[in-house]
Amino acid sequence: MSGWMLIDVALFAILLCSGIAIAKIRQLFAVAMLSGIFSLTSACIFVMQDAVDVAFTEAAVGAGMTTVLLLGALALTRTREKLTPTARSVPALLVALTTGALLVHASGDLPAFGIEDSPVQTHPVTERYLVSSVEEIGVPNVVTSVLASYRGYDTFGEVVVIFTAAVAVLMLLGQRAPREVRERAAPMRDRQRVLRVIAKLLIPFILLFGLYVQFHGDYGPGGGFQAGVIFAAGVVLYALVFGLDAARAAVPMRALRPLLAAGVLLYGGVGVATLLLGGAFLDYDLLAAEDPVAGQHLGILLVELGVGITVTSAMIMLFYGFAGRGIGRGVGRS
Amino acid sequence: MSLLSYYNYWIAIVLMMVGLYVVMSHANLVKKMIGLNVFQVAVFMLFISLGKVRGGTAPILDPAFTTYSHPLPHVLILTAIVVGVATTALGLALAVRIHEAYGTTEEQDALKRDDAESGAR
Amino acid sequence: MIEHLPALQVVIPLLAAPACVLVRHPRAAWGVFALTTLSALVISTQLFVQTIDGGVLRYALGGWPAPFGIEYVVDAANALPLLLVSLLAVAVALYAPRAVEAEIERPRIYLYYACLCLYLAGLLGIGITGDAFNVFVFLEISSLSGYALIAMGRHRRALLAAFRYLVMGTVGGTFVLIGIGLLYALTGSLNMADLAERVPALYGNRALTASLGFIAVGLAIKAAVFPLHAWQPDAYSQASSAASVLLAGAGAKIAIYAFVRYAFGVFGTDFIGDTLPLAEVLLTLGVIGMLVGSAVACFQHDVKRLLAWSSIGQIGYIVAGIGLADVQGLTAAFLHLFNHGLIKGGLFAVAGIVMLRTQGSTLDHYAGLAKRMPGTFAALLLGGLGLVGVPLTAGFVSKWALAQALISAGQWSVLAAMLVSSLLALVYVGRIIEAAWFREPPAGEAAPAAPGMSVAAWLLVLLTLWIAVDSAGLADVAGVAARGLLGGAS
Repeated sequence: MSGWMLIDVALFAILLCSGIAIAKIRQLFAVAMLSGIFSLTSACIFVMQDAVDVAFTEAAVGAGMTTVLLLGALALTRTREKLTPTARSVPALLVALTTGALLVHASGDLPAFGIEDSPVQTHPVTERYLVSSVEEIGVPNVVTSVLASYRGYDTFGEVVVIFTAAVAVLMLLGQRAPREVRERAAPMRDRQRVLRVIAKLLIPFILLFGLYVQFHGDYGPGGGFQAGVIFAAGVVLYALVFGLDAARAAVPMRALRPLLAAGVLLYGGVGVATLLLGGAFLDYDLLAAEDPVAGQHLGILLVELGVGITVTSAMIMLFYGFAGRGIGRGVGRS
Repeated sequence: MSLLSYYNYWIAIVLMMVGLYVVMSHANLVKKMIGLNVFQVAVFMLFISLGKVRGGTAPILDPAFTTYSHPLPHVLILTAIVVGVATTALGLALAVRIHEAYGTTEEQDALKRDDAESGAR
Repeated sequence: MIEHLPALQVVIPLLAAPACVLVRHPRAAWGVFALTTLSALVISTQLFVQTIDGGVLRYALGGWPAPFGIEYVVDAANALPLLLVSLLAVAVALYAPRAVEAEIERPRIYLYYACLCLYLAGLLGIGITGDAFNVFVFLEISSLSGYALIAMGRHRRALLAAFRYLVMGTVGGTFVLIGIGLLYALTGSLNMADLAERVPALYGNRALTASLGFIAVGLAIKAAVFPLHAWQPDAYSQASSAASVLLAGAGAKIAIYAFVRYAFGVFGTDFIGDTLPLAEVLLTLGVIGMLVGSAVACFQHDVKRLLAWSSIGQIGYIVAGIGLADVQGLTAAFLHLFNHGLIKGGLFAVAGIVMLRTQGSTLDHYAGLAKRMPGTFAALLLGGLGLVGVPLTAGFVSKWALAQALISAGQWSVLAAMLVSSLLALVYVGRIIEAAWFREPPAGEAAPAAPGMSVAAWLLVLLTLWIAVDSAGLADVAGVAARGLLGGAS
């Protein structure tokens, strides 16, 4: 017990230190790295608190994708921040302290951490998810059955959120910057032979791992979101080592755009299909005649696939958006 | 023991406030987005700690375990994480466009440039 | 299919967005958007008809009954905002082609329509759901697409406005998330009806109070309630014209609806009125908003900014009505929510037309235009009079209802503030009228007229005229809505 406590304390200490460092440091490249450390540490804490799917997603999305986007943005802007005048920092500090104090005061009435008979644990929803889901859906990973089936509509909304972000960034940053602005970054050829070889070895395994995570989400941590980000990471690695043009040739925009839409349409299509089969929107029981559990399995498979497709395309499009905007401008300069 | 029962919540709250402070006080657009991120991750930590059961395990059903932590907070936070990265991506894209249009990523300087221009007109 | 209407109301716009991305051609994308808005209007009208007399429609998404799954609940309190959003959306569909061509680069037009579909879907999703967390998801869908739509405005200032809105809006959304989390920790449930049953046992719990506080502040940021309105004037005035109609007409209103649903439908009237002084706080904020919004509007040179500040003032009326926390006050709030949405939408539509023709939106750009565009400016006049609350306009109907509610509650100071603010509205509307009718137009040609845009503006204004003339029906529905919310969870 105390061993875990020590780990907990250590992780929280790292979190607090990196949080305060993020606030104080003005060299933004360092701050971006610290934010990655912050996300990764919080992913570890999520594991400590039994939230394995969440940890996986936070590590992939928060520590991985967000850091890539931050670095992309910093490469296009500047990396040093101006000093914050006291006129701004003092009122902000007061507001933050007051809100924090109010929350701490209020948390006194919350159920204590980890107790077994909190309202959350005793609500009938818990029993339904943890016990009945075996008969109704038959998937060991309860988070997946809640995410994809019981609360599948929320997940539909979530896919749409990612879709919205990709569409918005596409609209704002365009597909490629004007020709005069773009400097081609020389693909790292002869100087970085080791990187090229290792990348070529790793990328197939990354993609394979992504497929594994996609389809294994029923039985362990995983699912469409994590898989999509891992897939995209493979493509991002390829772009970093072999050059954006090579990546664009391998995974072109004209393929990504329809895929982005296709994932959302697949998810919604499953719902429309269940409507036409006579049930409610996203009622997977109807997808396999006679066998509701098989229907649930099919439904979850299809919607997770839709999620994976859209998330992959969205993440790659986001990366292309930032990377294609003006390579070389501002890189290495502070 | 009551102190130790709540320290998880308190640390999350402190981190939330650090993030909120960064968002409100710093003028640099990229720094604001990072602060927003810290704020959101801290909220996720608060949420997740609400579902934890002492002696439980991850909610993946297995004959070897009987007590599980509650899965619903996990589902909600999964959604919230995705929403968070979507917002970050959009915010950073805006920051890039603002830098191209104004030549700066400090909010105050950009506003001053606009005011100077409209004053000169 | 009829029983699936609640689901289709949101699903159709949600699926229209990827369809827009697939079609890519500007006209085709507009076609998808227009069909979507028409279907949304048809569905929301049908839902409206079914709930006028107090009926409640429920829909269990995924086939899982509440509280195990997500539930859509439609009663009169939802049907009104849903109808408002759909009406504005149809107007935008009429308005958009010319406005979008003028402001957005051709290769990106299909993305713009996709964002409009997403914004519509987000607003409708917030309005129709009966699940506390589902509100958050759709709040974020509407917010994200909203930021993008604002950023597409023609000046670079639009980018800054969108960024500021993004930061404040995300903080607000995260506050709502904190509130939902606290509610969940205390009850173990996310379904609004279930929560309403479990919450009364917890009155006096500090975390419950904090939960309401966070949800209230978060939604207040989204609704631009004073003093959390800082993002709004820039955002409304810089937004691309087509989006501004929907944004200004419906964006804040849906956030207010969500707040009312949480406050009365989940937490309960007793909590608002007795346990917490929230009702008094709302009344005070409403008064300050009314006065400050209208006063600052009087000093604006840019008409879109003037209209934005006017909105802050008008939202103050709605907030005051909610603060009364009784049937009359809430009825008046719903009435004004609906009427002002139409009026402001129409006014922003006219402002967009002027922007198209004169490339600007300051009062100087409006000089003498009433003589060049009499039809359009007649619509502006009617809308402006509605803002003031002149008798025979829709604005008068809702302001009169509010005045009556204030009198019966004995809130004389609020009534006085309302009268002062209406006088101020007369001033700022007067400035626009003075510029448009009584100044000389500049020499030179104005850009050609845009019939679709004028039709859209007139559609909205005519609707307000209809309400002014035949207000009893709408008032009844608003009353049913208010009673439904206050009478306890159902």
